[in-house]
Amino acid sequence: MSTRASISRIWAVWLKELIQMRRDRLTFGMMLGIPIIQLILFGYAINSDPKHLPTAIIIEEQTPIVRSILQGLENSGYYDIVLQTFDPEEGNRLLVSGKVAFVITIPTGFTERLVRGERPQIFIEADASDPSASSNAIGRARLIIASSLKRELAGSLDYLAPVPEPYDLVIHAEYNPEGITHYNIVPGLLGVILTMTLVMITSIAMTRESERGTMENLLAMPARPLEVMIGKITPYIMVGAVQTTVILIAARLLFDVPFVGSLGLFLLGVAVFVVANLALGFTFSTIARSQMQAMQLTFFFFLPSMLLSGFMFPFRGMPEWAQNIGSVLPLTHFLRLVRGVMLKGASFPDVQTPILAMGVFAIVATSIAMLRYRKTLD
Amino acid sequence: MTTSFAIDVQNLVKKFGDKVAVNGVSIQMPYGQVWGFLGPNGSGKTTTIRMICGLLNTTSGEGTCLGYDIARESREIKVRTGYMTQKFSFWGDLTIRENLEFVARLYQLPKMKTKVDDTLENLGLSNRQHQVADALSGGWKQRLALAAVTMHEPDLLLLDEPTAGVDPQARRDFWDEIHRLSSNGMTVLVSTHYMDEAERCDRVAYLANGVMVTKGTVADIIARSGLVTFTAEGDQIRSMASQLRGQPGVDHIAYFGSALHVSGLHRDRLESTLKRSAQDGVQWHEVQPSLEDSFIALMNSSGEDTRAHS
Repeated sequence: MSTRASISRIWAVWLKELIQMRRDRLTFGMMLGIPIIQLILFGYAINSDPKHLPTAIIIEEQTPIVRSILQGLENSGYYDIVLQTFDPEEGNRLLVSGKVAFVITIPTGFTERLVRGERPQIFIEADASDPSASSNAIGRARLIIASSLKRELAGSLDYLAPVPEPYDLVIHAEYNPEGITHYNIVPGLLGVILTMTLVMITSIAMTRESERGTMENLLAMPARPLEVMIGKITPYIMVGAVQTTVILIAARLLFDVPFVGSLGLFLLGVAVFVVANLALGFTFSTIARSQMQAMQLTFFFFLPSMLLSGFMFPFRGMPEWAQNIGSVLPLTHFLRLVRGVMLKGASFPDVQTPILAMGVFAIVATSIAMLRYRKTLD
Repeated sequence: MTTSFAIDVQNLVKKFGDKVAVNGVSIQMPYGQVWGFLGPNGSGKTTTIRMICGLLNTTSGEGTCLGYDIARESREIKVRTGYMTQKFSFWGDLTIRENLEFVARLYQLPKMKTKVDDTLENLGLSNRQHQVADALSGGWKQRLALAAVTMHEPDLLLLDEPTAGVDPQARRDFWDEIHRLSSNGMTVLVSTHYMDEAERCDRVAYLANGVMVTKGTVADIIARSGLVTFTAEGDQIRSMASQLRGQPGVDHIAYFGSALHVSGLHRDRLESTLKRSAQDGVQWHEVQPSLEDSFIALMNSSGEDTRAHS
């Protein structure tokens, strides 16, 4: 009898898991259906550059210059002028109730004072309770108004035209010049979906045996912890592979996300990430006493993964301690890797740090699982 | 092999928190025998079996199973032992065949397919092999479990209440199978509540409150109990039971069908009590105490009833 890990025992556990997975139709369906639904739902829904924000205007004069400013705001795509009022009170109410995101006031005599060179005010009140919803529109307001006035302030009024800055600023938005949210969200969703389904599914791997009473039988037979672990998580590597394929195809067909880097490097990164998540899930299943606890542990891990990894909010915007927490999470490194490879065409030296970090995470998780694995019923 | 016993353990103690489940049990069981493990629920039978096959760590005590140290060599023990759990613990969502194949692969049995085919044939389940195990009745589940834990031809078979909740015919078949395995050289330790099953064993060990109260052959145990038993039949005896209970010399009263067994440790007192309360048409005559009489007497004398009803 061999004393080392045996392929045939791993194979035994592997086949058993595969059969059980296949027979549990609902779970199996969810593992494949959820990625597609989430990708379509979130891929189309999430937009970090919101446009067409409802805007109310308070104007007391209709001059070509005012009309030109309003036209410019509408043409920018950020402001949709939905109503006009003369009552500042009403404007305020609309803002409070959330019916509009902006109230733009152009006071009486604006044109006259402009022509006289008195620098009259245009007043924009913005609902900044959600900063990310309004910041792009606010940031562009100055530019929009300046360029729409340019045409009006030609000829006899050209002495009013703004003086150009004494330098020329050139900005290249590399890798995603049009700032298309899909390019960022879709590769990120791959990581989020893999994290959720794989950690959850393996977290119940051992607790299910305990709850069904089959744990005693498994322990009474000569299966080693590592054999059980490998046998139990490898079927889900295949699930991860299928999920990755589905999402990659959808990214190309539905969202036109470019893939400029090496597919081999990408797959290596995905593989390490998948193993890291499965190892973590298995560790959870050696800690939890019930499937319910396993689920709770999964969510305890999943939420910070979503929020602190740079998927939802910019990683560099977080304070250092939060960045430190984020740096432990495999998803953080995975996002760097997929964005690097898919969008920037990164090569191995560029992404070896995230791959290494995920690999270390997988090894640490496996070690904890092996220490925690109960060889007896105690 | 350092010992000639299949199971050789001394002073096994197992505590769960403050509760002492097993308190100093020693067993020396020779190869090739069939031993019965008796005792009320919660007496420590399952815990003892689990310690022997390495499923539980001992709190203290030591010993060997099949010559391997139960604390350090549990893996070697698992390879050579078949352990059938009290509750059906095979995979209900796998088919009968898949369960057997899983076990065969884990034990790395050569010619796996033939082995599984033969096992299914012997079980008489060839035509149902593709049904999931959950679809089987209680009796069939037990037979499947027995087949699965003996497929790797273990030297020692540990059966934990294998016939609980199984109908009499299935129980008889089950015991025929145990004796067949035993005649092939397998050592069998089986825990049970049934006295008729205990009487089929070479030796019986009785556990109460985590302590081994007695062990030996059935005849030994009855003889050693020192019990005197009288029996009577008749229509009136039902009313007599309540009269006799608590009388001098009467330690224990039990019905056996239409007969009443009255047992006591002191012959003189029991005889005079029975004489005094003799009624018309009731004929007392002495019989050999049954194993059950002996055990109930043991249970009463071994202290309070600490069965856990959970």
